[in-house]
Amino acid sequence: MDSTIYQFIALDLPPLLAALFSAIACAILGSYLVLRRQSLLGDAISHSVLPGIVVAFLVTGSRSTIPIFIGAAVAGICSAFLIEVVRKFGNVDESAAMGVIFSTFFALGILTMEQAAARNVDLDPDCLLHGQLETIFWYPPNDWATFFSWSTLGSVPAEVYASAIAAFLVIGFVVVLWKELLISSFDPALCHALGFRSDLIHHTLMVLLACAVVASFKTVGSILVIALLVCPAATARLCTDRLGVHLILSVVFACVACSTGYITAAFGPQWLGYEQSVNVAGMIAVMSGVLLGGAACFAPRYGIVARRRTGRR
Amino acid sequence: MKLFSRTTPVSSLAGRPEHSPTSPLSVHAMTVAYHQRPVIWDVEYEAPAQALIAIVGPNGAGKSTFMKACLGIIPRATGLVEFWGKRFEEQRHRVGYVPQRESVDWDFPVSAIDVVCMGRYGMIGWFRRVSREHRSRAMECLEMVGLSDFAHRQINQLSGGQQQRVFLARALAQEASLYFMDEPFAGVDAATERSIVEILKQLKADGKTVIVVHHDLSTVADYFDNVVLLNTRIIAHGPVSSTFTNDNLRRTYGGRLTILEEVGESMASQR
Amino acid sequence: MAFFSESSQLATEFADAFAVMTLRAGFNTALVVIGTTCLGVAAGVIGTFSLLRKRALMADALAHSALPGLALAFILGSLLGIGGKQLWLLLAGAAISGVLGVLIVQGISRTTRIQEDCAIAAVLSVFFGAGVVLLSIIQGMGTGEEGGLHHFIYGQTAAMTRGDALLTLMAAVATIMVCTLTFKEFRLICFDRGFAAATGWPISTIDFAMMAMVILITVVGLQSVGILLIVALLVIPPAGARFWTNRVSTMIPLAGCIGGVSGYLGSVASALLPGIPVGAVIVLVAGGVFFFSMIASPTRGLLGSTARHLWMRIRIAEDHLLRGIYERSEQMASSAEPHPGVYLDSLALTRHWNWLGRLLFLSWCRARGWIEIRRDKMKPEEAPDREEAPFGTILLLTPRGWEQAGRRVRNHRLWEEYLTTFTDVALSHVDYSADLVEHSLSPTIIAQLEASLATRKGAAWLLRKHRSIHPLDGTPETRASQPENHPDNIPPPSR
Repeated sequence: MDSTIYQFIALDLPPLLAALFSAIACAILGSYLVLRRQSLLGDAISHSVLPGIVVAFLVTGSRSTIPIFIGAAVAGICSAFLIEVVRKFGNVDESAAMGVIFSTFFALGILTMEQAAARNVDLDPDCLLHGQLETIFWYPPNDWATFFSWSTLGSVPAEVYASAIAAFLVIGFVVVLWKELLISSFDPALCHALGFRSDLIHHTLMVLLACAVVASFKTVGSILVIALLVCPAATARLCTDRLGVHLILSVVFACVACSTGYITAAFGPQWLGYEQSVNVAGMIAVMSGVLLGGAACFAPRYGIVARRRTGRR
Repeated sequence: MKLFSRTTPVSSLAGRPEHSPTSPLSVHAMTVAYHQRPVIWDVEYEAPAQALIAIVGPNGAGKSTFMKACLGIIPRATGLVEFWGKRFEEQRHRVGYVPQRESVDWDFPVSAIDVVCMGRYGMIGWFRRVSREHRSRAMECLEMVGLSDFAHRQINQLSGGQQQRVFLARALAQEASLYFMDEPFAGVDAATERSIVEILKQLKADGKTVIVVHHDLSTVADYFDNVVLLNTRIIAHGPVSSTFTNDNLRRTYGGRLTILEEVGESMASQR
Repeated sequence: MAFFSESSQLATEFADAFAVMTLRAGFNTALVVIGTTCLGVAAGVIGTFSLLRKRALMADALAHSALPGLALAFILGSLLGIGGKQLWLLLAGAAISGVLGVLIVQGISRTTRIQEDCAIAAVLSVFFGAGVVLLSIIQGMGTGEEGGLHHFIYGQTAAMTRGDALLTLMAAVATIMVCTLTFKEFRLICFDRGFAAATGWPISTIDFAMMAMVILITVVGLQSVGILLIVALLVIPPAGARFWTNRVSTMIPLAGCIGGVSGYLGSVASALLPGIPVGAVIVLVAGGVFFFSMIASPTRGLLGSTARHLWMRIRIAEDHLLRGIYERSEQMASSAEPHPGVYLDSLALTRHWNWLGRLLFLSWCRARGWIEIRRDKMKPEEAPDREEAPFGTILLLTPRGWEQAGRRVRNHRLWEEYLTTFTDVALSHVDYSADLVEHSLSPTIIAQLEASLATRKGAAWLLRKHRSIHPLDGTPETRASQPENHPDNIPPPSR
């Protein structure tokens, strides 16, 4: 095998795959959040899973995926539930309710994380917040003959699997519950009257969101995951008026942001003559922002330029 | 000990009629409260079958609340609501609902036909897809409201009246026997209003009951045959001719509307 | 020995803590504690306005967007050779990019179809991402000072210099003063912008002043509370204060207090335990106060409103049951049996109660001494004359129950009469939870209502009866006329 190709497969392919799979999961869920006008809920959940992750980590003492998933999902559900409680019973405006809950959860997470760090537990706060795609690598077999075998699959990093599972879960969810999601997002009152449990759909969405966030925290970090949730969906919102196209476009935009972000971050500085590479997750967020900005200006019907031209509001 | 037999009509509150199981909607002693304040207070009502019923009352009288509470969309503090003598959960498929037009996001990325298909969801049930028959039935409903050319148009490109007709088509697609419509005439042009009325009359002719929250007092007598005057409680209900009187209206609106006088006069001159 | 040394160590620790808390642990520490406390107060005060203005999360976008500005200012400082850690430069950079972020949010939500919440989420994540990229570049520059920027993310007061603390203090005091002076104007535009504009107030200037205060507090607070959590300081204290009052003039000092206490405890904790993240402590204290308020507040709290809701439901159910039995018995009564029992199943309302609710509620009414519950021992075959008879639970009103039921029925009728008589003003006075109509309405109105109720045919029996329930007034003709001439003015439905 060629050494550059090997290097690509070993160093670049796994983080790229992990980022792409989490991008798919996030983009689809994010589309529904944006359409349901709950974008900030994505923000809130992604902050709130932190204490769940840390506590699960402290309890089990391992970085294995399953307990962390459970911990994060529990924390995510708790926060979604508490936001509902605060909003309904506290008579607090929804965004304020989110602000209260997610910042409290997040503070709890930071405090427990610092405590864990004080006890020399290997849990880097920066990794959770900004993601460390760079640490995902792979030692595949060095020649093509042995490359295509089952044992190769076993050596793929767990993060890639985790985000792939999240992506397939989300896709499956949307395919199976397409019409239920549609009606509960569009017209909750009719959804209720027809006997579909919109609360159940909402909670399932929150569980999946927590799963997607956890699957992504290793790759893009728990804060920058918001960029993947919201930006591609908002970009797609500006480009289309069909739900199916919307979902596909947001996935495409997310993947484009991921790959361009990865390439710019990993190779861009070298092309410019610097030795140091820059943070990949941050670059992915920036790229998704660039796409959104481009769409806001130049989208065919809803962009600023098109609106100016047709004089439409 | 003398005890009455169940064969005589019974009710928890004497002097109130026991509702017949054939009535499409019977509401018994329903109270809906928000923070201790009753929005709907001890309402007793039985809707006649095969009728066009207008719910009329001042702003904040709880007209929409009444509908939503009947359908269980908002919780009732107490009360019994029965559809054909059974609970809503057992009769869901026979009840259609048209929410207020402003209650949904018309910028949502769906087409008119998709919205109409939603009316079929109750029949389709969880997980299953919308089959071709359901889709063609939805198309027929769109045709009935005269929008078949707009089937694949995005809903944000429809006018207010067209959006209202899409909602109506969705209700038709539910193929219910009893319809609740929350202000179907709000913000629609005269032509649309007429076509909606035509559809309502057609529904009645098909033996269905339609309950409509209505604002325009001047058209009540033209459009509806039955009226409910609601202001937190039901002030009066019955056929328009006997119920929609000046006296009842004044009791409903509490002298707040001087226009009532004129309406009453025009009613009297019509008769 | 070990015990003594341990306890003396504990004593010194306690003395240390006490010294910090009473501001006697050195000038610097005292300044930091005072500064952070004032910051908390100021954030609570200005946060109240931004919460009421429904801009609670704008501060979150602002804070997150500050990161790239901080990093750029750091790079600029290093390149200019004045060192990256010039506080004024850093804060200026933070303010500029924060404001840019807010402007972009408003630009997006105004000119495109994207909602404001979505724009906030997009901008804060993208700006934060850019900041993270710049931080990684700074790390590559190897100036050795980049650790200082880290404190801005999580907040750290231990590293604050005297100048930093003074700056915080001054900004906080300035904000509090501005808010006090312009209280009237701020409140006006939070409440009704349209009216404010119509009466000639320069609303955009006032709005800008308010936003400027939010920006000032956010930027200054970055140092002690951190980018990620500063929003909490602006949102949680006012949201918590909201539970205790409905008045802005009370809400503001209350929010200030909550913020101040959180800031104070957070900075004290940080002075004692240098490793602890101050921002997190401050937010957790504020969050604790919030949850306490949400649960315990008597008027708007969870416990209070749940109890009131439950009580109302019980009252309404009691009403229905008592009135139901009363009126049923009324119809059934004869001279031979003035107090007949009523089959539970014959009361329509109980038809959909589940067995547990029915059991609990009937036990409740029995415990209050209103009803007796009997089982019908008769088997169906023993009473062939009853077709389809409801064999089962029979409810009987006790003497107390009769009295109570009579009162409830009268109460109900009077309310109904009131609603019909005073239609236009009635709604604001109706209080279903009031034990008696007398508690809500004046005696004159009640006398008037009773008089008008008595004029209705068949209503006299009720007014007579609620006054003299025993012995039951059972003249046959009143009873016979009762069901038809029910004082309830709902006409029978047309079939």
